[in-house]
Amino acid sequence: MSQTDFDVIVIGGGPGGYVAALRAAQLKLSVAVVEAQHLGGICLNWGCIPTKALLRASEINHLLHDLPAYGFKADGVSFDFKKIVARSRAVSKQLSAGVAHLLKKAKVPVFDGHGKLDGTLANGRRKVLVSKDGAAPTTLTAQHVILATGARARVLPGLEPDGQFIWSYKEALVPETMPKSLVVIGSGAIGTEFASFYRNMGADVTLVEVAERILPVEDVEISQLARKAFEKQGIRVLTSAKIGTLQKTATGVSIPVTVNGKADTLVAERVISAVGIVGNVEKIGLEGTKIQVDRTHVVTDALCRTGEPGVYAIGDLAGAPWLAHKASHEAVMCVEAIAGRKVHPIDPTKIPGCTYCRPQIASVGYTEAKALEAGYKVRVGRFPLIANGKALAMGEPDGLIKTVFDAQTGELLGAHMIGAEVTEMIQGYVIARTGELTEAELAETIFPHPTISESMHEAVLAAYDGALHF
Amino acid sequence: MAIEILMPALSPTMTEGKIARWLKKEGDTVSNGDVLAEIETDKATMEVEAIEDGIFGRILVPEGTEGVAVNTPIAIMVEEGEAVPDSAAPSSTSAAPAPAPAQAGAVAPSDAAASAPVAPAAASQASHTASRIVASPLARRIAAAKKVDLSTIKGTGPNGRIVKRDVETAASQPVAAAPRPSPQANAPLSTGTSRTVPHTTMRKVIARRLSESKATIPHFYVSMDVELDALMALRSQLNALSHDEGQDAFKLSVNDMLIKAAALALKQVPEVNASFTEDAMILHEDADISVAVSLDDGLITPIVRAADRKSLKQISQEAKSLVSRARAGKLKPEEFQGGTFSISNMGMFGVKEFAAIVNPPQAAILAIAAGKRQPVVSGDEIKVATVMTVTLSVDHRAVDGAMAAKWLSAFRSIVQAPLALVL
Repeated sequence: MSQTDFDVIVIGGGPGGYVAALRAAQLKLSVAVVEAQHLGGICLNWGCIPTKALLRASEINHLLHDLPAYGFKADGVSFDFKKIVARSRAVSKQLSAGVAHLLKKAKVPVFDGHGKLDGTLANGRRKVLVSKDGAAPTTLTAQHVILATGARARVLPGLEPDGQFIWSYKEALVPETMPKSLVVIGSGAIGTEFASFYRNMGADVTLVEVAERILPVEDVEISQLARKAFEKQGIRVLTSAKIGTLQKTATGVSIPVTVNGKADTLVAERVISAVGIVGNVEKIGLEGTKIQVDRTHVVTDALCRTGEPGVYAIGDLAGAPWLAHKASHEAVMCVEAIAGRKVHPIDPTKIPGCTYCRPQIASVGYTEAKALEAGYKVRVGRFPLIANGKALAMGEPDGLIKTVFDAQTGELLGAHMIGAEVTEMIQGYVIARTGELTEAELAETIFPHPTISESMHEAVLAAYDGALHF
Repeated sequence: MAIEILMPALSPTMTEGKIARWLKKEGDTVSNGDVLAEIETDKATMEVEAIEDGIFGRILVPEGTEGVAVNTPIAIMVEEGEAVPDSAAPSSTSAAPAPAPAQAGAVAPSDAAASAPVAPAAASQASHTASRIVASPLARRIAAAKKVDLSTIKGTGPNGRIVKRDVETAASQPVAAAPRPSPQANAPLSTGTSRTVPHTTMRKVIARRLSESKATIPHFYVSMDVELDALMALRSQLNALSHDEGQDAFKLSVNDMLIKAAALALKQVPEVNASFTEDAMILHEDADISVAVSLDDGLITPIVRAADRKSLKQISQEAKSLVSRARAGKLKPEEFQGGTFSISNMGMFGVKEFAAIVNPPQAAILAIAAGKRQPVVSGDEIKVATVMTVTLSVDHRAVDGAMAAKWLSAFRSIVQAPLALVL
């Protein structure tokens, strides 16, 4: 008979859940994972990773159509869309198998099935029921239960995914054919990345945002530059846009839209609804417990504890920001606290966010507006990539690095980047912010030449009126 | 632009200092390297030098002020023709003033030719983490701005690093005024007259460090009698080799030879050349011997570094220089901070035996009493020998009894068969 009692049971095997299990195993806790569908969760199977594989393809497509700019000539460039999608799936599959391997190596049992808290305690221990295909559930017990069931796409009335014309991110990741035209509703990271992918693959794309600017959580200057770049690429961008009732036609959809009182109708083969996500709070046994749910997210304290002692919630289930690295970090913190280690709550202003559209966008900490709102006196530095040698050499001159410092203490409050490879560079500022470096240490840091990252240095110097190359 | 001169941290243990003397007047022209002030630290009087040319604009902290926290603005420098701000302006980020520690000024010289039982030296290099303040750059800057003393804060960052939230928490709490009992309240009941002498900075440091040592270090003591005749005979022979005068002249003292003997014993029993920390034992490679030197108003422990690798002549010349400069208050911080083992010699006072207090973070201190002619049993016979009693005080967390005894035996063997000292 296999083991059914553990120190910790993790419900959900995504970047929150499997990391929690790995860390628990490292700390010599006995731990099990319950996963209903696929290890690696949305991130690995339907989110971060497969979209990056697709975006890589669209980036290559862009380059292939831009070859003359680099002195190349190639005729008859074409692609096999099915193969592009298949490659994306293969990457996901490989990584999901990798997670399974990691858990196996750490000797963490994975229970295949739907995990659910059972309200009653058994000898002071939490009960988790695991059910699969309607069979009688298996009962597991543990001292601690970590809920990491994640989130899914929010569905707006009239925009329910139909597997044909109306897509959520899932359908958008595995299309049968390349749509000729597409409307993307919602310009957060998900919507923006799909708009970028399909546009760079050649589709006519309209990006629709109800707020007054796209990527509304980013710094306003970054939003503006992103919009400019998208429009230059041929994406139609509508902001402050209200959509009406969608009509399906024989070949696609027609969506009435009002922008600043002006009515229009968007006609396209497909529409992607990317209007946010909701937490998977249903059917996991929260009913009748002291665990509170607020707008589809489990309410926790700063250390991920819910209203029930011994029950924790991490990752997307526990609320924004909906980022895999936030989930993983919460997982480690939560498990270390369970193991009796001293931990500190995660500071949301130290969590970076990345959007892999073209040009890429990355940021951490306060936007200039948020910093002012919070009462800081700020010093702001800006450095455009057009003044950076490496960016020019790469043929990627569009972009901006912006830094926001506390004028009084020199604290790096935030950093905002748009341009080539910025998602790979933002960690430099995150380290600075986490390590509490001031402008002085950043100014003293020697950045290698020639790199795009030199712009990060210049953006620091610029905040103190010392930029050398602009 | 105006630049603040901040109270410098002239030693790792320094948290506050006294402005002993201003050497420049307001309005004086100052060149880079000029001595601006003398700061009395916990150990000595140090000089603060100007690091830029300019006009000495304003003194913010008057001469004689005690307990000035490190990083407090103490004066303002301005450029030629520039108006002098009234008070400490927010300092420029591009020109952070960093007053440089300089040669020592004057601690009252002493003529007491003695050594003392205890030693308030600072942390050794090897265990700097124990005393060094680990704080993020941002935490340091906020602490300076809010006048929060980092040494009073417990860090909650990785490995106890002081981070922004710690400083902000500390700054938001009212400073708990340490109850300062008035001298009257604490004074012993006496019908006679008494007078109150304010503590010198050195006295405060001695009080703090030795209380800390006795309160936190579990001491134990091991004594042994050591015959000195062979060592004294060797000393006479070696001293006879010295030129009468000139650079090569030397005159070895018994103490010089005991410094080397202790160093060699530490190489033989390296477990004693250690520092205890919460996480690990730090074993020192070099035998850096702190030698207690008494001063009029306290004591200090200058260091003969790597004494195991130096000749007796080198040790003798070095010790002589260190002692005379210690008494003149002219030691540099690195000359009395660090050290891996201490020696305290009260032989010259005819002391029969005594036990010293361990000088943290060192693990042991050797107390040396007077050598005395006395009868000793050798085999079945009684002979007369010069015998001194030495007592090793030991931090039991770092060194156990048998190890301490082993060290003492090694020390005795070297002293009684002293040719090893000249190898």
